[in-house]
Amino acid sequence: MPFLVLDKLTKRYGEHVAVDALSLDVDKGEFISFLGPSGCGKTTTLQMIAGFVEPSGGAILLQGQDLAAMKPSRRGLGVVFQSYALFPHMTAAENVAFGLEMQKVGRAERDQRVKTALELVGLGGFAERYPRRMSGGQQQRVALARALVIRPHILLLDEPLSNLDAKLREEMQIELRQIQRTIGTTTILVTHDQSEAMALSDRIVVMNSGRVEQIAAPQEVYERPATPFVASFLGKTNELTGEARTDAGKTIVIIGGGHWACRQPLDGLVVASIRPEKVAFAEGNGEHLAGTVKTRIFQGNHWLYRVETAAGPLFVIRQNSGEAMPAENDKVGLTWRADDMALRAAKEGRP
Amino acid sequence: MSAVLQTNDRAAARSRWRAAGVPWFLSLPALMFFAVIVVVPLMMTVVLSFHNWSEYKGIQFVFILKNWRTMWVDPYFAEMFARTFRIAILVTLVTAVFGAPEAYILNRMRPPWRGFFVLVLLGPLLISVIARTLGWALLFGGNSGVVNAALMNLGIISSPIPFMFTETGVVVALSHVMMPFMVLSVWTALQRVDPKIENAAESLGAGHFTILRRVIFPQIVPGVLTGGIIVFALSASAFATPAIIGGRRLKVAATLVYDQFLDTLNWPLGAAVATLLLVVLIVTIVAANRLVERRYAEAFR
Repeated sequence: MPFLVLDKLTKRYGEHVAVDALSLDVDKGEFISFLGPSGCGKTTTLQMIAGFVEPSGGAILLQGQDLAAMKPSRRGLGVVFQSYALFPHMTAAENVAFGLEMQKVGRAERDQRVKTALELVGLGGFAERYPRRMSGGQQQRVALARALVIRPHILLLDEPLSNLDAKLREEMQIELRQIQRTIGTTTILVTHDQSEAMALSDRIVVMNSGRVEQIAAPQEVYERPATPFVASFLGKTNELTGEARTDAGKTIVIIGGGHWACRQPLDGLVVASIRPEKVAFAEGNGEHLAGTVKTRIFQGNHWLYRVETAAGPLFVIRQNSGEAMPAENDKVGLTWRADDMALRAAKEGRP
Repeated sequence: MSAVLQTNDRAAARSRWRAAGVPWFLSLPALMFFAVIVVVPLMMTVVLSFHNWSEYKGIQFVFILKNWRTMWVDPYFAEMFARTFRIAILVTLVTAVFGAPEAYILNRMRPPWRGFFVLVLLGPLLISVIARTLGWALLFGGNSGVVNAALMNLGIISSPIPFMFTETGVVVALSHVMMPFMVLSVWTALQRVDPKIENAAESLGAGHFTILRRVIFPQIVPGVLTGGIIVFALSASAFATPAIIGGRRLKVAATLVYDQFLDTLNWPLGAAVATLLLVVLIVTIVAANRLVERRYAEAFR
């Protein structure tokens, strides 16, 4: 039986449906991310789990118990907010101790657990600091320690890293993952940052305007996006229009001058989406998509190309392996494996 | 070559001097205005308090400590100052006890209602002090005051509630006027509180009362203290309300000064009372401010 069950969870604000019948099973110890653009309902979902927003329909079950019937203060969940929401008039240690005081944990045990929690997040020497005197990253760690020290059933993270600068964010991602692995707390993260979701989670729930677009492991969400929205939201993608022909049980997709054998039985106009890093420059004159390099940008560990082809412009990312690369205005051939291409029938009226 | 350099140096020095002088020059009109209307009269009042006065000779321009000795020796002044500061402290307490929760409720209200209640709160400041105070007199003045008459006709009370010419009356009426200063001050402090902080405390297992006591209240204490300083200073030097509600007998510092200046014409004694009031207020305010800053420097600002 799953640890946490969201069953057709719905939130309506008047006519507006913020979250539309969201269902999800979470296993104990799992790290789940809700990923989507702002206003997609991910934060509302988190707030319903935490109890700050009352659901309009559906159920939330924690180990078979109805969570929605419980007050937020009785749910025993740890929450880390985007703004950290630390108590400014308390030191780091007092902030962390607050939850234990509420649980009436004895003095000696409380001090011990506060110390352990602060050490866990690498703030052993900062117990007596006030939040105002700490950096954003340190405040973030205090907030995390404060949420973890009460040994929550679930750790809820509401965009916890978005107020940090890029370098610190990456460090915190690694640390967060490590801490979560160490103590094994079931964790739900809300984020609009796809790389954060992919770096941290066991599974990603991609949401758009209140609906779930896909629930899958990061790699699968990236490699096999279920919908065009998922494909465009996670990473760059090229969308090309081609033609599919099924002949004697074999389907061939023709894009520009290139041919690809394909397992899906399709006919007529199709849209193919290919990740830029899956496109390679072809050797010799084979059956591939011909184009001209329009722009070439050096990005350190990789090159970013924009190639004009008969099927439209294409982004190509190539590793900087030290080999000679095509220059601007060079004629090139583009190719990729048929498996790396996601195909769907083009909608009527679209060329 | 060196001559050119020297000229350049001198020009630079001159422009630097000018740059330093410009802010002073620009604020000169305001500084002069401030000096003429505040500093000079204040100094003159202080000097006046050391002059002599007698009924037949009027003010004599000598330096004596007579007025200050009178205030020290005559218990009338001690009683009057005690009353002044007792009223000011009580008004500060009343506004804090009622104003802080009021600000909290106001802060949680939704826009249309919030605007309306802010207007209600600011009401006392929008009405002339005389009209407002006479309003209290109409409600509670003697047997014919509206509230007293109604309660007596209903048989709830047998004699009118003593309000006019009592300290209680002065405290109630002053608290009414001073409330906006306290509420707005606390409200400012509340607006700096992270709105998610109550959720954070709740998720950690705190009930509503605990959240108010442990999380919200400590954060608005600086607001209560600054509001308290404003209310205390204004109440201690209030004139119109004590003059009307307190009447002729219940003197406070401001009304006594008024009497000395305009009735007895003993300006030097009035000046001494005014100076002492000013000194006590400045000392209180500076001390309170120190306390606020030292106590909360670490966590706030």
